[in-house]
Amino acid sequence: MARKTTNQKAWFLVVPVVVLVAFNAVIPLMTVVNYSVQETFGDNVFFWEGVKWYEQVLHSARFHASLLRQITFTGIILAIEIPLGVAIALTMPKKGFWVSVCLVLMALPLLIPWNVVGAMWNIYALPELGLLGRIINGLGINYNFTQQPIAAWFTTIMMDVWHWTSLVVLLAYAGLRSIPDAYYQAAKIDGASGWAVFRHIQLPKMKRVLTIAILLRFMDSFMIYTEPFVLTGGGPGNSTTFLSIDLVKVALGQFDLGPAAAMSLIYFLIVLLTSWVFYTLMMKNEEQ
Amino acid sequence: MAKITLQDIRHSYIDNPVTEDDWALKHMSVDWADGTACALLGPSGCGKTTLLNIISGLLDPSEGKVLFDGKDMTGTPTDQRNIAQVFQFPVVYDTMSVYDNLAFPLRNRGVSGAALESRVHEIAAMLDLEETLHSRASGLTADGKQKISLGRGLVRADVSAILFDEPLTVIDPHLKWMLRSKLKELHQQVGATMIYVTHDQTEALTFADQVIVMHEGTVVQIGTPVELFERPKHTFVGHFIGSPGMNLLPCEIRDGAAFFAGTRVETDHAVKPAGAAKTTQIGVRPEFISFADQGVAVEVVKVSDAGRHSIVETQAGDHVIRLLLDEGEKAPEGQAFLHFDPGHTQVYADGWMVE
Repeated sequence: MARKTTNQKAWFLVVPVVVLVAFNAVIPLMTVVNYSVQETFGDNVFFWEGVKWYEQVLHSARFHASLLRQITFTGIILAIEIPLGVAIALTMPKKGFWVSVCLVLMALPLLIPWNVVGAMWNIYALPELGLLGRIINGLGINYNFTQQPIAAWFTTIMMDVWHWTSLVVLLAYAGLRSIPDAYYQAAKIDGASGWAVFRHIQLPKMKRVLTIAILLRFMDSFMIYTEPFVLTGGGPGNSTTFLSIDLVKVALGQFDLGPAAAMSLIYFLIVLLTSWVFYTLMMKNEEQ
Repeated sequence: MAKITLQDIRHSYIDNPVTEDDWALKHMSVDWADGTACALLGPSGCGKTTLLNIISGLLDPSEGKVLFDGKDMTGTPTDQRNIAQVFQFPVVYDTMSVYDNLAFPLRNRGVSGAALESRVHEIAAMLDLEETLHSRASGLTADGKQKISLGRGLVRADVSAILFDEPLTVIDPHLKWMLRSKLKELHQQVGATMIYVTHDQTEALTFADQVIVMHEGTVVQIGTPVELFERPKHTFVGHFIGSPGMNLLPCEIRDGAAFFAGTRVETDHAVKPAGAAKTTQIGVRPEFISFADQGVAVEVVKVSDAGRHSIVETQAGDHVIRLLLDEGEKAPEGQAFLHFDPGHTQVYADGWMVE
């Protein structure tokens, strides 16, 4: 038998990637873990606190409230953006000149920086100055997103739908374009109705891209910060204070580093766990 | 069940066709009597699928009419034409079970209850799908999926015609045989008009009573397998059908006879002066050539064994002439003379048989 060659120098080849991962993921994350179990009064003096901050965050009414707002917000925008995106993708032309026009129009909102989107909608929706604000008020509806929680929610949701539905459209459109013509021809021969074509051909063939679309929109909207921060600043009151806005208030506003670190980790685990469970369920179904 | 007629059909995929090559289907009129088993035979890209899609209404012809039993159906949507079509690659509804896949075309037409169930079971039994009837269709092999596609085509009992677009391409060779005889059997049982597109001559000749040979968008010959074999109307048919194909040799026409390389060749039909024809050729199948004491002088180049007979390759000047010898017959070596059976030797002017 040939002797196995051992050369410990090979370890040097993986050093770059180890350093990279350490600096961009492991060290920052462990710093947060470090903060979440200790109390500090500055000067690098730390006191061990165990799971105290975790208990505090999990029992805090304020955390519950922002988590509930966050889940509601994500739920609403998913319920709007996914069906709307699929519907738009279904009506887009399949070939010819208008395909490129539609694709460019759809891609435009995705190219605008997030704080610009916030600023745009802020001005757009202002009751006195903004086009949208004036139109709504002109219709006889009293609308002022800086003072009414419902108006603030409405504007934030509209903004997110405007900004991100395109992503769902593009993914769904790509899924639809990958369906061979023979499927539509066979459906015609079989006498299938438009609904049956959607239910039995288009929807199943879009399943993978829609899974990705839902995951991306779930993660992005669950971590949303910049746009509502610029638009409403979390207000009026706390009505649009979503998890990340709340987290920044705790960490940088009050400088409660321990509770903020514990909150970050709980937040991180919620996103990770939900995404994992969702993806596993969708893919398990696929294999059957 | 219906008689299908194509009247002066032309089709182009280009908006404003200019040259003859712009037409995917050049001018044609074809009739299918009720209950025909017909094969459309031709190489890839000759317009077979286009023709099929025009019959089923998936495609509207640029010109001409489609008639079912004399009734104009041009422009009638596919689902109202009462046509079944099976495609080259399997199409299954992934989310449904095999049973639901087979039942789908019937359910869409309002069939339900015992009638639906017995019909689905009948088709499933015919295609050996009974064991997998209640599993998800997406989990099956390509063979299995294509059987479902076939099943969906066959499940409706009252169709005007069933169209097959190279349905056995993805099927394993041993299953191919079985399915082909199943289709033939089924045709005898139900007597529906069946049109079967293929580029495989064996498939066409075993399946059909009538074969339509297509080439570059035109119908070159319509006939029974025997007619195509014995009297090919066009050099393309002679070349495409048969293995090896017909020998085609350039010839000269004078004094009412054909001459190849200076040797007079007897043909069944009196040879008219070729007139304006650019090329004239003699066509004779390898099956109808034998060695003789005099005739066309050749040199024997190669003999290859093909089982029941052997294929002899000979050379006359620049031209290769192939002939078949039965088992046991021996080919001479070196110089030899060939005799062409006059009853099966035709003259072709610009590709078309001179009659």
